[in-house]
Amino acid sequence: MMNFKYNNLRINSFKILCVCAMLCLTNCDTDETQEVAQLTNLVWQDEFSVEGAPDPTRWTYDLGDGTDQGIPGWGNNELQYYTDRPENVTIENGVMVLTAREESFMGSNYTSARITTQGLFEQRYGRFEARIRLPVGKGIWPAFWLLGNDCDQNAWPQCGEIDIMEYVGDRPTVVFGSVHGPGYNAGDSISKEYTLENDRFDEGFHIFGIEWGPDYINYYVDGDLYQTITPEITAEEALTFNAPANSGEWVFNGRPFYIIINMAVGGSLPGAPNAETEFPQSMYVDYVRVYN
Amino acid sequence: MKNIKLKKLGNAYILGLILILAYGCERDVTDDAVPATFNSTADIFIDNPVGLTDEFFESFDPAEGYNTDDTFEVVSDEAYEGTSSIRIDVPSPDNPNGFLAGGIFRDRGVGRDLSGYDALTFWAKATTTATLASVGFGADFEEDKFTVVRNDLELTTNWTKYIIPIPDPSKLEQERGLFSYIAAPFDVLGDGPNGNEIGWTFWLDEIRFEKLGTLGQPRPRIYNGEELVEEAFTGSTFQVNPLTYTANLPTGINTTVTAAPSYFVFESSSPSVASVNDLGEITVLGDGTTTVTATLANVLAEGSITITSEGAFPTAPTPTQPATNVLSVFSDAYTAEVIPNFTPNFGGSTTVTTVTSINGDEIANYTNNNFTGILWDDSPIDASAMQFMHVDVFVSDAATSVEFQIRDIGPNGMVETNIFTGQPEGDDADYRFTASGLTAGAWTQFEIPLAGNLATQRDNLGAIILVNGPDFILDNIYFYTN
Repeated sequence: MMNFKYNNLRINSFKILCVCAMLCLTNCDTDETQEVAQLTNLVWQDEFSVEGAPDPTRWTYDLGDGTDQGIPGWGNNELQYYTDRPENVTIENGVMVLTAREESFMGSNYTSARITTQGLFEQRYGRFEARIRLPVGKGIWPAFWLLGNDCDQNAWPQCGEIDIMEYVGDRPTVVFGSVHGPGYNAGDSISKEYTLENDRFDEGFHIFGIEWGPDYINYYVDGDLYQTITPEITAEEALTFNAPANSGEWVFNGRPFYIIINMAVGGSLPGAPNAETEFPQSMYVDYVRVYN
Repeated sequence: MKNIKLKKLGNAYILGLILILAYGCERDVTDDAVPATFNSTADIFIDNPVGLTDEFFESFDPAEGYNTDDTFEVVSDEAYEGTSSIRIDVPSPDNPNGFLAGGIFRDRGVGRDLSGYDALTFWAKATTTATLASVGFGADFEEDKFTVVRNDLELTTNWTKYIIPIPDPSKLEQERGLFSYIAAPFDVLGDGPNGNEIGWTFWLDEIRFEKLGTLGQPRPRIYNGEELVEEAFTGSTFQVNPLTYTANLPTGINTTVTAAPSYFVFESSSPSVASVNDLGEITVLGDGTTTVTATLANVLAEGSITITSEGAFPTAPTPTQPATNVLSVFSDAYTAEVIPNFTPNFGGSTTVTTVTSINGDEIANYTNNNFTGILWDDSPIDASAMQFMHVDVFVSDAATSVEFQIRDIGPNGMVETNIFTGQPEGDDADYRFTASGLTAGAWTQFEIPLAGNLATQRDNLGAIILVNGPDFILDNIYFYTN
């Protein structure tokens, strides 16, 4: 999510596909015995059952256009200004509604919201899951993701990023899951798409999750496990040219991560909204749950 | 029945609940009486036509330019999949057998149950990136009740899959019209139909109905989503048009089709002001304000028309000039001097004129006027003793302006006009006056002086030429003196 370029996402995804195919061929046991989700001890949740602003004991906000954070456009040339106004984030009818609006606000042409559990809930390992109905339209870029809690000391991507679900609104049947770390980040992140058959992500709720433990992250949508990422994969896929000395290092065993849910407008990955993009656009989050 | 209802469950929980209840109630009855269902064959053309009439392809009317001889063929030298495809050769503009290619494919039986599908799909390629004027389904040469067409579909020169969304599949329980298309010669220069277009060829394959599940964001619209405001009178009629349905394809691109009125349910908020029938025809019945909206499959269509009716159409003010001071052309208040001809049929005129009587008062109703005239050249009026022409003008749009050219046709009794300048020629003379600054929904009275060239020549008045407008109503046309 930070400093994305994504120039070769497709190529990268293809490589992942090949790796996965190899894994399946060489390690059938893992594939056959793998449960989509094994962790069932619920340790943190928000069911969004209280109307109004998000629970301040669970959620905090990233505000503005990224300038204050030193990354204008949030590192991706995004167009929105994040606020904590109810117009951009509120809980109603048992779901949290994140809404992107087209309006002039503090020098930006769009507003939206980005909420996080930074400093409130952070955890190493576990099963992180959310049930979400996604928006639609060119230039709309929602995400449910995790960021290592020590990015202020170990600059991104060394602190690690786990993107549980990303989606661009002009591909309403596709989501993708990724990890970012040293030597595998931005346009070279390790990423895989999941395509919904005979349905769309903007027409109903779907469950997006990872199960994360020592040396593995499993990605699933609804009941389908579609990607397993391990240190072997990060090592194999990492850049070697102009790369840091620890290129490919698995950075997901050593630190807690916190949750981020946001909806960007425009930016390097989805491109700008076009004439057919309807505003406002909302993503609806039915729950976020974390299991050990 | 069961399948149809269960499929709806996924769409809306509340609706689903109602349907479950409805199903529960029905079940006792229908266990014995199984409702008739029609076959739900999806395929239309794969390598051969599937379940179509013996004619297979039935052309649109040759009288309208459709070429029934040269355009349609099943070929085996080209196919997206399998062994054959349909080749359509779109004629050139000069083809003596007709320049349009178009027709329909019909189910050979009583019709198919298409309610389980959400799209018509097909593969196509063309010799050039020409535009298919329309493609769709529902035309059956009978009722055409559930027609759907996608207009102006640009084809590519590679085999490409195209999707025609079905606006409300539940309507299609017995549909005979399975496929339709219209193609015209390719307007390479994009300069409109002027004979320089060229013929082209395209191929169709794998034509079928499908349940894609990947169509989303249904957007029915009336009046292109605009909220129209109209003034009207009792008896006025409106047609809700256009009627469209937009769906977002899995590619993220919106596709819009034009849908027949029968997919929509229309509603007038005040039925005593205006009624609307199943075909979207609105009839104004009384005074007041009403808004007509529509829904499609329980989704409110964007767009509306709000009609404010003044009630009965107002009659023009009754003239007050004494009859002895008047020479009348068209007025119920005076005996006419002449029998005016309201339809001179000037070449190039687009005007439609109707003389109608409302509450015993005759009025002349003009629509789409560019130029026309009121002629009585067989018995000219000597208006030497008259000073003015009176006319009452009614418009619905205050921006309307109409030019009156009062024409003296001279002793020879002929209307003589320069075809290049429109000016009177020979022994003719005229005076021109533009009526503007009109009030919408009301009569405006004009007293036009017999001035200009008529100041010295008005003893053979024989015509009033009417220019522009384009829509207006006239009453009480007469010459008078104070």
